[in-house]
Amino acid sequence: MLELAAILPLGAPALPLDEAGKYVAGAYIVFVVLLVVYVAIMAAKVQRIERELREVASFAEQRKGADREEVNA
Amino acid sequence: MTPSRTAFAAILAKDLRSELRTLQSLPAMALFAVTTFVIFRFGLDRTSLSGSLASGVLWATLLFAAVLGINRLFVAEREEGGFDAIRLAPIDRSVLFAAKVSALLVYLLALELVTVPIFAIFFLDDAAGLGPLLAVLLLADLGLAATGTLISSMAVNSRARDLLVPLVLLPLVVPLMIGATGATEPLLAAGGPSYDRFGTWLMVLGLYDLIFGLVGYAVFDFLLED
Amino acid sequence: MYGKGLRPLSIATVAMLALSLSLVFFYAPLDADQGFVQKIFYLHVPLAIVALIGFVIGGIFAIAHLRTDNRKWDAYSYVAIHISVIFGVAVLITGGIWAKASWGHWWVWDEPTLVSFLIVFLLYATYYPFRYAIEDRDRQARYASVFAITAGAFVPLNFMAVRMAESLVHPRTFATANGGLPGEMMFTFLCSLAAMALLWTTLVKFELTAKSASGQVKRLRRALDAPVSGGSSRIAPEVS
Repeated sequence: MLELAAILPLGAPALPLDEAGKYVAGAYIVFVVLLVVYVAIMAAKVQRIERELREVASFAEQRKGADREEVNA
Repeated sequence: MTPSRTAFAAILAKDLRSELRTLQSLPAMALFAVTTFVIFRFGLDRTSLSGSLASGVLWATLLFAAVLGINRLFVAEREEGGFDAIRLAPIDRSVLFAAKVSALLVYLLALELVTVPIFAIFFLDDAAGLGPLLAVLLLADLGLAATGTLISSMAVNSRARDLLVPLVLLPLVVPLMIGATGATEPLLAAGGPSYDRFGTWLMVLGLYDLIFGLVGYAVFDFLLED
Repeated sequence: MYGKGLRPLSIATVAMLALSLSLVFFYAPLDADQGFVQKIFYLHVPLAIVALIGFVIGGIFAIAHLRTDNRKWDAYSYVAIHISVIFGVAVLITGGIWAKASWGHWWVWDEPTLVSFLIVFLLYATYYPFRYAIEDRDRQARYASVFAITAGAFVPLNFMAVRMAESLVHPRTFATANGGLPGEMMFTFLCSLAAMALLWTTLVKFELTAKSASGQVKRLRRALDAPVSGGSSRIAPEVS
């Protein structure tokens, strides 16, 4: 290890593979986590849209029923 | 004189006269700067500064003192209907931008006229670097004035106006600070002024001034729409 | 119709991401200096490039907004900047991990690209409180466009200035990352770059589609005289 440090130019010597692997994995994990968090937030938005559409649909049906009653009466 | 130039001169004169009469911002900015120097003396535990420390203390202080003035730049316009007046006038609205930038430039130069000698007396062993420093001050002030005017004109119409200016302005003037301190550091070096990359840094400052001056001039019209 | 083309776009994104990841771990050769840690480069740098271009695109949309006075461009500008800020968070975190693995510190000031990116990120982070502070929606949209244009012009200038400040201090040991890349690494890098660009575009389109759907629901409510639902965002522009 020390010989490697003497040969390599500037900067720090390369980490051994098992240690380096943790950092690389960490970086890619951060990426995936951020992506999934974004998806979760978007999922919440879509849920809200679905709920609102349901409300509007039942409102429209109610109104259609009320109109028909008026017409029939 | 064309109407635009008359308007420019009129607005600039009004601003300078008003500041001279009321002395709202300038004394506060100067006092703030000098007190900040004292804080730095104790914060850094040094009585003499040179090189990068001197450059950093000087520019950080000038920047924060400038923010004080920038916060107040459009307050009169907002409170007394200056924006409406310029909307109604048959001139290019960017004239207001040019006039305000010039006014702010004058304030900053006045601030430096007072505080830089005091800085030299407090901290510098050798005043030889102060002459060329004028060029750096001028170019940096121009950029600070352009960006400061632009941000101030938007912040004045918002809530938390005093918070918004430092928040948005500070990242925007980082290149300016890089250029200014880059040029100033060798000027205030311990062994006497050196002109290491002086021309390059002045060009960076000039480029910043050009870009932000143009951007500000181009978009200012949209800021004044009702 | 914002959702149109979203499915093929997202499929292309997944395919490209899968391809790039495979290339990174099975094809690209090991770097002589940094070893396995260098693999982070294929994640960090494409994210950064796409984020920066995204900010500039936000500025271009903002110019369109000011010129046409059509509010949809403000929504595009907002979303472009928003997604780029999220990418920016990923850039800074992966940059820190890379710095720790290479230099032993979570942050290094000698990497001008990273420092300049931090400054750009800090600026665009102020976009949200800036919008929030302006109550009138019309004015908010206009001022936000001015901000986006100013900030877009700032990005290249800042990059140049920071680079100049660092160039004499430390030689750039990451120069190998951008300069003389061997063929396999360059190919892998370009595939990663394409994948991130596709991801950015997909997320922007996704966000706009969701906003549009929300806007259509509001439109439906208005048409039926249905009661208006709870509060909407004070800063995110609406799409209809």
